[in-house]
Amino acid sequence: MQDLLRRYGTGLTGVFIGLTFFWLAILVILPNFTMLESSFRPYLAKVDEGGPLDTYSLGNYMKVFGNEVGFSIFGVVFQVPVRVKVFLLTIFYSAVVTVITFVLAYPLAYYLAKIVSPKSLPTLFLLLFVPLWVSEILRSFAWWIILALKGPLNAVLMQLGVIDTEIRWIAGFSPVIIGLVYTYVLFMVFPLYNAMQSLDSNQIEAAEDLGSPWWRTHWRVILPHAKPGIASGAVMVFMLSAGSLLVPSLLGSTTSGWFTQTIQGIMLDSQDWNTGAAFAFMLLIVCTLFVSLAMRVFGVKLSDIAK
Amino acid sequence: MSAGIDLENVSCDFGTFRAVDHVNVTIQPGEFFSFLGPSGCGKTTILRMISGFTDPSSGAIRIGGKDMAGQRPNQRPTALIFQNLALFPLMPIWENIAFGLEVRGVDRAKRRARAEELLALVDLPDAADKMVSQLSGGQKQRVAIARALAVEPSVMLLDEPLSALDLKLRQHMRAELRAIQKRTGVTFIYITHDQGEALAMSDRVGVMSQGRLQQVASPRDVYNNPANGFVASFVGENNILTGTVQNANAGLASFDTPVGLLRARLGDVSGGGAMKLYVRPEHMTLSATAGAENSVPVTIGEVSFEGSFIAVQGAAANGTILTAELRNDGMASVPATGSQMHISFDANLASILPDSATVKG
Repeated sequence: MQDLLRRYGTGLTGVFIGLTFFWLAILVILPNFTMLESSFRPYLAKVDEGGPLDTYSLGNYMKVFGNEVGFSIFGVVFQVPVRVKVFLLTIFYSAVVTVITFVLAYPLAYYLAKIVSPKSLPTLFLLLFVPLWVSEILRSFAWWIILALKGPLNAVLMQLGVIDTEIRWIAGFSPVIIGLVYTYVLFMVFPLYNAMQSLDSNQIEAAEDLGSPWWRTHWRVILPHAKPGIASGAVMVFMLSAGSLLVPSLLGSTTSGWFTQTIQGIMLDSQDWNTGAAFAFMLLIVCTLFVSLAMRVFGVKLSDIAK
Repeated sequence: MSAGIDLENVSCDFGTFRAVDHVNVTIQPGEFFSFLGPSGCGKTTILRMISGFTDPSSGAIRIGGKDMAGQRPNQRPTALIFQNLALFPLMPIWENIAFGLEVRGVDRAKRRARAEELLALVDLPDAADKMVSQLSGGQKQRVAIARALAVEPSVMLLDEPLSALDLKLRQHMRAELRAIQKRTGVTFIYITHDQGEALAMSDRVGVMSQGRLQQVASPRDVYNNPANGFVASFVGENNILTGTVQNANAGLASFDTPVGLLRARLGDVSGGGAMKLYVRPEHMTLSATAGAENSVPVTIGEVSFEGSFIAVQGAAANGTILTAELRNDGMASVPATGSQMHISFDANLASILPDSATVKG
């Protein structure tokens, strides 16, 4: 603060602080607080707002526990509220997406950080970024076309003789997973790349010199070093996936409900903002808890990620 | 346990740059061998070729008589100590040391026991459960040595491991390294640009320049009988005089220099190139009267007191500066600047050498 004042004077410092305050208070805290407040109030007709019916309760949150449906895990059928089912599947498949992006990103990040010559690095980064210049909607539509029953993917596989009949790709959760992995894989690649790049290559050579096969070098030296990068990549991919609306809406099938779609339905179709807000907060809180739990399990601290 | 190493006509090219040029050397089992040379002379490339991280462009490397072509670093009986040590910062010390054993499938209790043994060997007991970041530079050094010894290598390769340490510690670690080498009997190949290190520790030294091995000899021979001008001027200090060889007999020759006709041992002239006379400052003597031979009248210039010796510069009649180092025995009288004296040397302690010798092969 003293430093800021000395360097920029009172005027500019005031502007910096003012803008930061505006951003935090007006654009982040206030809307979220309004949402939080309204999530505890019932959805009422305009005339009843502020009347005797307008009381705080957890009613909106409890709505998630209505309408039980069958939910089978390993052949055992449970009776679960339909929204809870959608909620759990969203969390589960977001975790699946996170794992798949990690599996894809790890070799790529390692290649970029340790193998490729620094001269070709800018070109490779450019190639990775080019898809980001196209809007997310178009990219998802592209996948919708690729995965279509009479689409190019089936055509190629048929031509190669891998399959005899077309596969209905757009069914269940697989197209959503494919779309989310494609959309968010770079959010895994870059933190991993950053983490690996800071690893002294001599350590990799030292491990090899001591007789270590490549997989053990990865397991004992490179992976532990990259852990903060993995954690921040995983948190980003998981949160973005769980919160994605576009990809599940475009690439989803009749059987792939995503919880964001539930929220959207309540917010826009039912116009029930109060319940929508309650559900949105529920998603946020549970995802945060899930991420903290995962971080605890893998022994990653928040300060590691910030690095 | 220890193995000898043969480098046969080994060359290594990086693009059009020849980093190592036809190096031939046989290193005996149990020997402490140093490659000495300025940075960029190819010594680190030799080390990386022996350890397997770089492939030679031509020639063969044999360890214990076995050709190493196609052998990955993790298949070779070598252990490399990196310049920056490359300890694993996320493992405790004992796991660092036992990493090579872990790779070899030794069970945990045995690994731990062996790590403690090695820590005792390198004089670092009680460090087993510490982290790398808790150790000092010298302690890290010892851990790196222990980690390399754990895999019981036939050959230890050391890439300037002492360069990051301060002077006192460096001198201490020199003795320590030498002692560990003697105790374990493992062949040590040591890379350094520090001649003090190379001379003090090695059984033999290979002096390198521009990818070529200039001389392979005992430290004493490298210092006293340098093979060529490069070795003479890189190892230790020298007074260098240009001139032409007049006549030679019984290994001594007359050499016509700007400061007069001088006599010195004649080196190998077959390589061609300009011949120069090299004589070390500590072999120079100062006297008030002219000696029988190799005596040059000088005017004393700068006199600097260096502690164990006194460096005296004298300008000959034509302006050539000659330096003499007088041992400080506590009684030596220091010549006064500006006085007229004679600087002389024994013909057997000076050599006439070509700029660089031909490299055989």
